[in-house]
Amino acid sequence: MATYEKLEIEKIRKDFLILNTAFKETGRTPAYLDNAATTQKPLSVINAVEKYYKEENANPLRGLYKLSVAATDVYEEARVKTAEFINAEKAQEIIFTRNATESLNLLASSLGDMLLKEGDEIVVTIMEHHSNMLPWRAAAKRHNAKVTYLYCDEKGKITKEAFEAVMSDKVKIVSMAHVSNVLGVCNDIKTFVSIAHKYGALFVADGAQSVPHMKVDVLDLDVDFLAFSGHKMLAPMGIGVLYGKYKYLEAMPPFLAGGEMIETVTLDDVTYAEVPHKFEAGTVNAGGAVGLSAAMDYINRFGFEQIEERENFLTSYAFEKMKEVPGITIYGSDDAKEHHGIITFKLDGVHPHDVAYIMDSADVNLRAGHHCAQPLLKYLKTLSTSRISLAFYNTTGDIDRFIEELVNLRGKMGL
Amino acid sequence: MEQKPFYNEILTDHNLHPMHKYKLEDANYTLEGINPSCGDDIILQLKIVDDVIEDGSFVGDGCAISQASADMMLDLIIGKNKDEALKLSDIFMRMIKGSVTEEEKEMLEEAGVLQDVSHMPARVKCAVLGWHTMDEIFKKQQSEK
Repeated sequence: MATYEKLEIEKIRKDFLILNTAFKETGRTPAYLDNAATTQKPLSVINAVEKYYKEENANPLRGLYKLSVAATDVYEEARVKTAEFINAEKAQEIIFTRNATESLNLLASSLGDMLLKEGDEIVVTIMEHHSNMLPWRAAAKRHNAKVTYLYCDEKGKITKEAFEAVMSDKVKIVSMAHVSNVLGVCNDIKTFVSIAHKYGALFVADGAQSVPHMKVDVLDLDVDFLAFSGHKMLAPMGIGVLYGKYKYLEAMPPFLAGGEMIETVTLDDVTYAEVPHKFEAGTVNAGGAVGLSAAMDYINRFGFEQIEERENFLTSYAFEKMKEVPGITIYGSDDAKEHHGIITFKLDGVHPHDVAYIMDSADVNLRAGHHCAQPLLKYLKTLSTSRISLAFYNTTGDIDRFIEELVNLRGKMGL
Repeated sequence: MEQKPFYNEILTDHNLHPMHKYKLEDANYTLEGINPSCGDDIILQLKIVDDVIEDGSFVGDGCAISQASADMMLDLIIGKNKDEALKLSDIFMRMIKGSVTEEEKEMLEEAGVLQDVSHMPARVKCAVLGWHTMDEIFKKQQSEK
């Protein structure tokens, strides 16, 4: 239990100004428990972005002067660092996007157009975020292909048998959340990838909830593509990543057309730039990439072993206390270790929006609603739920504030 | 903002023990109102005879604000004629937008407890769902004439 002290949490929290700033109205600091939506940003990230705009800003990749070269350098350094972060073979395999949603849309459009023919199938799971479901449905529709849904059991587990049952030679693409944003369950991507490859299908992992919290090694998992967002891992909003194996990226058509993604354009012909620039049309978000770079530096200072240990400790701490609250239903596994910082719940007789609102009156910040995963919630037989999601900088004190409100909440609603 | 008083007895009571939450067998106007982003869902049923709301009810599922607001609305509008009901709706909508006189608020009786929603942008849709659905019913009724 004492292991988390290795992280010197009070020192870490000083880096996150927002966690130490009391609201004027209440005099309390936030107990921020909505990290799956977006994390707070440490000073080093904010300072790196500020430094970029104060000292290095120009339009990267095209200018022929020192500032533009400096901007290009920091942008491309971020690409190299990102490749190292997920153990990609080449920096060119990293495409910068706005966020995981854009990465998945890029794939569904470009990879979909390249691969899909009438009668083909795309496999997605019932637990996908809308952003890993709707783009594939649209791609299937464009090519008269079909989306097949893979179901988890009621505790959120997808078995090898269930996966094999939906696979066939017709399946061209499998796209799956690495960690579910509702259930917190971590899917056994490595096993599923090897099965998908046996059928000749390509495998896309949505790493939005995994990359910020655990070591994700694309070579070890052998995923063909991985999408994630910077803002869920301490970086600014507006910078995201699509990793893809080079051979596929090279073969895929561009997603958006415009500046910076071409070699030559004549009136009736165009030669596209090389990977990754082919997929980065228009002026890129160099400031965001610099922020992402600083965010990865921050995470690397501790390493995922320590971060995971701390987040597991916090998850168990919250889970055990939540279990005891009268009238609560917790979704997903009965084992805290399977939750990866994400605990979705419902209180009998209280609508989740009322839960979030009353929590806010105690400055406890959590998410309520359908979590952009309506098909999953329907499968779980509920319309909406509440969710806490933890990050390493949270404390047992944050969780205690949440539990105190939770215990009293039904009473406040007259129950 | 200290929100404790917002979930007061009037509101929680209308949420937990709504007078008008049942299926109205002889309703001649039934319309569903949904807030897709948050999942509030009500089906408003009215019995309108010669422009008078003779009876009304609702069924549905949603947050305390959406359910209590619909129940308080029915308290007010049953027995009123169309013009009176639409006038109350206009007052309620303006109260939620923060532009209402004390006198007007009095006319809303218990529904006046929702005035604080004017400071809660995320909850406006919940509070107005019932009223909005009633307005839509009258639009439908008008177009049938």
